[in-house]
Amino acid sequence: MEQIYPRHQNKCKLVKVKPESVQLLLQYSKALNIVKHKELTFESNLN
Amino acid sequence: MQLQVADSILVQNYISGDEKSLEILINKHNQRLTSFIYSKVQDRAITEDIFQDTFIKVIKTLKRGAYNEEGKFLPWVMRIAHNLIIDHFRRNKRMPKFQGSDDFNIFSVLGDDKLDAERQIIKDQIDNDLGLLIEELPDDQKEVLVMRIYKDMSFKEISENTGVSINTALGRMRYALINLRKIIEKNNIVLTN
Repeated sequence: MEQIYPRHQNKCKLVKVKPESVQLLLQYSKALNIVKHKELTFESNLN
Repeated sequence: MQLQVADSILVQNYISGDEKSLEILINKHNQRLTSFIYSKVQDRAITEDIFQDTFIKVIKTLKRGAYNEEGKFLPWVMRIAHNLIIDHFRRNKRMPKFQGSDDFNIFSVLGDDKLDAERQIIKDQIDNDLGLLIEELPDDQKEVLVMRIYKDMSFKEISENTGVSINTALGRMRYALINLRKIIEKNNIVLTN
């Protein structure tokens, strides 16, 4: 009876990006500074 | 409905400078967006890249204050991801990636003739051991062998430099090799790469 069950039931993990990728985005967000002056937009990355 | 309201509040908070809201937004939609991208590209690394590019666009747009789709954050993010996936496939079409199959692998034809790190270490060890063995040879034989092998001199040049005839230099070289083999055999030294 036990033979009919597959061995690894939870082999399919939920897909998520690595925590490092999320961390990179958060740091990018903190470093990015956008300044608007009249019609112009300036982006600067404070790294 | 609850989810959409929460998203719009988080977006508002983020625009007002609350970085924590972005973290919540990313974590909240991480799984859905990753599954969406992965279902199209079927590659983990590319999924990570597109996910990052998507949120970089999101961050830029929000910080610029150009976001105006109230309450529809996730569909907007999905659309950005979708466009980036299309870009990815367009780019790959222009520059196809060659992957080896079981029948034919390009690396069986194109080789890297440099030694890998392990073989390089082994080669260095052998060179070193051989140097020590050469030190055991009588001086006259050692001199000829070093000139011939390490300095790449011809036997004519060796005879001129050592002041002996070419035949003597040849004989010394021969004995040097015979003696080296003897030392190696006597001490059961294994020199292979």
